[in-house]
Formats: sequence, structure tokens, C-alpha cells
Amino acid sequence: MFKMAKKDIPNMLTLLGESMDVYAPVKKGKLTNFEDFTEGAELDIDTLKTVKSPKDFFLPQVENLFSATSQGKEINIEAKALRDKPFVIFGVRSCDVRAMEILDSVYLSEPVDKFYEARRENGIILSLACNEPGQTCFCTTFNIDPAHPNADGAMWVINDNIYIEARTEKGENLVKLISKFLQEGSKNEIVQSQTAIREKLNKLPYSDLSLDGLEGNQLLDLFDTPQWEELHKTCLACGICTFICPTCQCYDIKDYDTGGEVVRYRCWDSCMYSDFTLMAHGNIRNSQKERFRQRFMHKLVYHPDNNKGEISCVGCGRCVNKCPSSLNIVKVIKSLAVKCNV
Amino acid sequence: MIQKQMQERAKQMLSLGEVTCVLGWKKGDFSTNPQPAVFESEKDLEDLVYDKYCAANLSKYLVELTKKEGKVLVFLKPCDTYSFNQLLKENLIKKERSYIIGIGCEGNMQVDDDMQEIGLLEKCQTCTKTAHMVFDELIGEELTVRQGDDPFEGVLNLEQMSSDERYGFWREELSKCIRCNACRNVCPACNCRKCVFDNNKYDTAQKVNASSFEEQMFHIIRAYHVAGRCTDCGECSRVCPQLIDLHLLNRKFIKDINEFYGEFQAGADTDTPSPLTDFNIDTDPEPGSVHKRG
Amino acid sequence: MCKPDSLIPLIGVITDIKTETPDVKTFTIVDKEGKKAFDHKSGQCAMISVPGVGEAMFSIASAPTNTKFMEFSIKACGVLTDYLHTLEAGQQVTIRGPYGNSFPNDLFKNKDMLFIAGGIGLAPVRSVINYVFDKRDDYGKVDILYGARSADDLVFKEEIMGTWTAKENTHVHLTIDRPQENWDGHVGFVPAYLGELNFKNDKTVIVCGPPIMIKFVLEELDKLGFKKEQIYTTLELRMKCGIGKCGRCNIGSKYVCKDGPVFRCDELDDMPEEY
Repeated sequence: MFKMAKKDIPNMLTLLGESMDVYAPVKKGKLTNFEDFTEGAELDIDTLKTVKSPKDFFLPQVENLFSATSQGKEINIEAKALRDKPFVIFGVRSCDVRAMEILDSVYLSEPVDKFYEARRENGIILSLACNEPGQTCFCTTFNIDPAHPNADGAMWVINDNIYIEARTEKGENLVKLISKFLQEGSKNEIVQSQTAIREKLNKLPYSDLSLDGLEGNQLLDLFDTPQWEELHKTCLACGICTFICPTCQCYDIKDYDTGGEVVRYRCWDSCMYSDFTLMAHGNIRNSQKERFRQRFMHKLVYHPDNNKGEISCVGCGRCVNKCPSSLNIVKVIKSLAVKCNV
Repeated sequence: MIQKQMQERAKQMLSLGEVTCVLGWKKGDFSTNPQPAVFESEKDLEDLVYDKYCAANLSKYLVELTKKEGKVLVFLKPCDTYSFNQLLKENLIKKERSYIIGIGCEGNMQVDDDMQEIGLLEKCQTCTKTAHMVFDELIGEELTVRQGDDPFEGVLNLEQMSSDERYGFWREELSKCIRCNACRNVCPACNCRKCVFDNNKYDTAQKVNASSFEEQMFHIIRAYHVAGRCTDCGECSRVCPQLIDLHLLNRKFIKDINEFYGEFQAGADTDTPSPLTDFNIDTDPEPGSVHKRG
Repeated sequence: MCKPDSLIPLIGVITDIKTETPDVKTFTIVDKEGKKAFDHKSGQCAMISVPGVGEAMFSIASAPTNTKFMEFSIKACGVLTDYLHTLEAGQQVTIRGPYGNSFPNDLFKNKDMLFIAGGIGLAPVRSVINYVFDKRDDYGKVDILYGARSADDLVFKEEIMGTWTAKENTHVHLTIDRPQENWDGHVGFVPAYLGELNFKNDKTVIVCGPPIMIKFVLEELDKLGFKKEQIYTTLELRMKCGIGKCGRCNIGSKYVCKDGPVFRCDELDDMPEEY
């Protein structure tokens, strides 16, 4: 366990910038998102939730796969290079760290997605404990502990200091790079802060949100429950929930004709969109009810079914905050759980 | 509190069979986060709420709801009635399938990530719409007295920039876009059966900003397409997760239309032709005049 | 050099194009060296693409025992498939795969086989049929029941008439939906013909065709006393990645591209009816 003065963070990040790309929560106007930390950027580690989750750094919203050129009947393709430069993401919250593990179970399972894998291998995550868990947070429902975040290194802000604990080899190497800013700290010094965080968690509005009723083998019951009719009714079919969600992972593959060549890229897609399952001869999900159901069944039933029970939600609460119609996964969980208790 | 009155009236109409469902707002997990909802029973209506957090413009939901048989009782704030009229004008909702109760409004509040109130919503700060343009009956209209700041102040600031500055400003704003389509889907004027940006037959169906040109195209084409039909409801800015000032872009179009073709308010009624679909060869300026103005 | 990502395709060359029906063509594809692009099993699929036009999943219509090339029978019914129909031999495309599970041909050994297909649905079934014929002694009696809208819409006509009907211990039953001139074969829908043929219910069945045909065929098979465990089918949904990650071809928690496309009919009972 190390500690350093909070005021030295910008200098420390600048130093890291000499050997790797540095991403950190940066405030621009009223908006805080993970961005390139460059000179003059306003670091913001007080804002709990960035609008976008840091999943972009591993699964970018748009990523080129290869470019193709054609001459006569011949086609040439050139695969895009995999990420090979190391980078660090500073200040990732516990929920978003867990979200990466959920993406791992999809993208690192066979056949491994090499673009993702390269980013994962080159990426170092420094997580940050949530001193002030938010009102819409429900990470504890998924056994995530924001007082003790995972990742390559964990950090706690306590008064004017920031405590850093390396958790992996990558984390230890990173700590060496910034040793000139560090002094020894003791685990005991963060205990009080951890206790305070856990007390706050117990008082949050969603602290008793339970997954009872979702466990077990009842895929068809949940699929066929009449609740979906009620739940989806005011869904506007936009993709805001999918795009701000740290665990939404579906993608589309498309071509972009630049004039000289065709670039094949993949980009985030949303099961909320009508063309998600559209085929030449029709669509298997013709109504918004079916699309809405797919999103939540995927997170709460299908993903766990394929991944040892791991639910594909981390309780970050972004959807609770952002849905234009105030729909969200909490409402779905509550409704399905009620249904199954009856 | 007019909530009680709304509840009672809705229950009455539902029980008398005068309407088949009620479109209003339902109590959420947080008092500051009510949810647009369709009520089908008197029991459900116990959860109906109406307060300063009920910001969502319910007109848009009527496009789907009035496709079905039956009649929808809808609660509309003054500004929402403009959208209703506009949708009516475009034949997208059926008047005979809706019953409008106009409700008073004192302005809606914006909330932060902790669901705490942080002041009036942008669209309410500059509210100009204090009367209901269409209604079958009114409840609590006396609430609506608030007149907002000058809606075009932001546009004036924009116009004072040099064209390079303005270009830089919009590039910066629009570069934040994550193409979640919330602005499009919440917008009552965005009601094409198939959006050009969803059409796989052309290169427009890029789900992402594959280039910086792309992201500008999406918003600029959208702004052009809603010009003359945008009622200035401000839902685009309310829902944008990246806080892009989309309302400002639309207001620039509104101000231009006012200046070129005379004062016009989309949705004020259902019969005045829209200036952009009603060219007057003698009085309307040539398209090139905008270019000359700079 | 390490193996590139699964989403990076190989270059394929179309060496032959055969017009099967007014809207179906069969494309022969090899790699740049003129060899089969990759090994495959019956029922597996491949992603074929023309960059700038699109990429889509097609079942491999040739048998695994064909080690020289792969064949794809493609109906013109969308942007990419319409474009493919305009191509000439020698044109390159991109190809990646093989994707999905396969028909368990080994399990079928010594069984009497009943193949039922409608329209272009014969393409994936053909891969098994030709496998069976290439290992004829390993399998029992073969019945092929195949129907299309009209005689002109029957695919692989030459092969059916010239090769399949001549095989020993094999019966081919063709039918078309409506009567037409110069057709003296059976007329009527596939499920009805299936009922008339009154097969013994100890056969292993492979069925593929339009969803509505499959539905009525399954009902008919049930009437004849076939159990779902004897019946295999292959499904198709919109796909993008082919490797169970892009998230769109799921039926419940199964991905058609990875856990399918071949399903035994009793497995479908545990899956939501969303296909």
C-alpha cells in the first residue's frame, strides 16, 4: 500500500504519459467522461459516474477491422493492426471494473476476439473506491464492493491523499514508474474509509434490491411472462440504455466506402433497434416489446445461462439516470421478481 | 395539487367507458423521476402522479397509441399541445382517438445523477408557451403563469460568432454525439416511418460516426428535416446524455424561418401552412440569400 | 505470424456459377491457391462478402467429402445476394468460416434416412445427402422428399435426376405446389405429400425449408409416429460475427451461429419460440 498527495495526481499522470497513453475522467463543461489526459485537461475524480462507461477503451464504439481494395476481379484486404501501445485508465469505479470482466467472458472466450484481447493486454486499470455511492447505485445487488475495488491497482481518496494498492503484476510495474510520487501507506489507514462507504451503501434506496425469482431454470417462464407488455409500453426504441451501459456488448459489422477503399468496421449496436434482427425475408422481433424483452432477458437470463450464472448488469445506475422514459433494469428486476414470487 | 383532480377525472372517464386508456405519468422509484405510463384500470391510476418532474412530452407516445382501436385520455402541458397539433397536421395521430385534458404547468425541473433537483430544465427556462393550443377540457390551467427568458438569446450569441467560430462550436458540440438516437426517438417531429439513417439500402445507415463528417450529417439533416415542423419543445436537449445543445440548433432554424418568412409557430394550429412547404414567389427570399447573409 | 482475428476473412475465388432456377445460382468457391478454403462438416456455414456491398452467412451446400472446393446455392433476395447474382466466374469475394455445429453424420450410420426439403432449403441438406452417397455402405435406405413452388424452382435438378435417382436403395419424391405443363410428377405441398407417402417411423429425418413448411412437416411426422429425437433441422437468423459474440442470432441463450444452426427437434422445445 502506497500513498501520494492528491494534488500531485496531474503531474503523476503526465509522467505516466511519457510511456503510455493515459485516460482519466476529464471534465468539459458540465460533462465528465474518460478522455485522453493531456496538458490542461481538467481531471475530475469527484464525479461518480461518467456518462459513458470506460468500455470504449476495450470495445470502442467504432473499430476498423480491415480495409479492402479491388482491381478488376481481384480483392485485396489488409487487416488493421492490433493495439500494441500500453495505456492506463485512471479512476475506474468498481462497477465498471466488473463490467470489463463480464465483457471478458464474451470476448475472451473461444474464439478469442483478438482486437479486444490486444486492448485488454495493453490496458492497465486503476480503480477508485466510491467515497460517495450514488442514490441510483445498486452494485451491491451483484456483490460488487465499491469500498474495495478490483483491477490492476486500487485507489482510495482520503482527505488530501490518495492511497494506491497494486493488485497485479501490471499494477506493480505501474507503481514503480511513479515511485517518486509515492510513500509507504498502511492498509489500516483505509479501513475507516471503507467502513464509512459500506455504511452509506446500506442506506441507499436500492440497497435491498434482490434477484430472488430470477435464479434457476425458468427461461421460458420469464420469456412468456405478461409483465413485458406493461414494462415496455413507453419505450421509445432509442439506444441510449445500450450505449451508456457498461456491459452491453452487441455489435454490428458494416462497410464504409471512403472512395479509394472500403473499410470494414464494427460498431456498437442496439437490440432496441428495429433492424437488429431484420433479414431479407422478415424479422423475428417485429415489435418493441420483443426487442425490449431481448435486452433484459440477455442480461438477466441468457448471459447467466451461458456464463455460470453471471448476470450481465453491474448496478451502475446509468440507465436509471438517463432513460428518456424513465424505464430501467431496476424496474424490470422488481417486476420479474414479483412475478416469480406469486 | 391538481394530481388528485386528474386522477379522479381519469378514473371517471375510464369507468364510464369514455376512454380505453390513460396516458400520463406514473410514480417512479424516486419522486423526482416519474415515468410516462399508460393506465388501463382505475386501480393503476392510484399511481398516477403529476408534479414539476413530469417533463416528458406525451404527444409522441400517441403516435403508437392512437394506431390501436379505442380512445386515449392524454394529459398535455401547454407546450406539449403544440406537438399534438403538429402531429395532427401531419396525420400521425387521430384526434377522434384521443381526449386531451390540458393541465397547468409551472415549469419542469432538471435532476442530477443523485436524482436531486438542480433547477429548471433548459426548455422551461426559456418557455414561451403558456396556453394550451388544443384541448377538450382543462385542469389547473391557472398554474401556468411563468414566462421564460428570451428563447433566442442563445441564438443571438451564436450569430455573433464568426463563421469559423460557429463551425468550431458545432464541431465540438456534435463530436460528443454517441448516436444513441434518443433525440430522434423522443422528438415529435421525427416521425418518419423509416428514418433515412436506418435505411440499409444506402450508405446513410451508419450506426456510428464513422467519420467526423458523419456525425455532423446526422444532426444537420435531422435539423433540416424538422425545420418548420419543430415546435420548440426542447425534448432533444432534455434527453441528450452528452448534453449537446440540440435545442439551440433547432432554435436557430426557428429564428431564421421567422426572419425570412414572417413569424411562425409550428403547432399553434393545424391549418396554417408551414413556411417551408408554402413558397411565395413574390415575398419569400431566394435560398441563396442565406449564403449572402453569411 | 499469429492467426488473424476470426473477423478477418480469406480471399475466395468464384470458379464456377451455375444457374439453378430463375432466382438461385450455385457458386463454386476456392481459395487463391485454387484449393478448398477450409474443411467443413455437413450443416456448417460460411460468411461470404463483397466488401462495400455486405457480408452474410450461407450454408455450405457441398459435402465435406468434397475436398476440392465448396459450393453455395444462393437465392437473390437482398442487397448482397442480388449483387452476387451479377458476378462472373473469376471474381474474388471474401470468405470466412466454417461456422456452427453440424449434422451428426456419424450418429446416422446404418440408419434409414429421410430428407425433407422445400425450395432453397435443400442446400444444407444436400451436404448430408452427398456425404451419405459418398459413404453409401455406411447408411441404410435413403428417401428424399423435395418440393418447390414450381418445377422451375427445383434446385439441383440435374443432380437429382442424373445422380441421386440412380443411387441404389434410394427413392426421390418430388412435388410442386401447383400443376403446370410438362410436369407429370406429384402436385401438392410437401407436408401433405409426406402424409401420403406414409413412411415407416424408424427413420432419421432431416428437414429444412421455409418455417411454415417445417411447422406442418413436424405435425405430419408426429402423426406418423416419429419422435422429435429422430428429427433434425437447421435454422437461420440474421448474423454478423458468426462466433457467438455480436449478440443477434440468439434464440433464448443459444446462438444459432455457434450452438446451431443444426438442432434436434426436441431441443427446440426448451427454447423460446423466437425464430
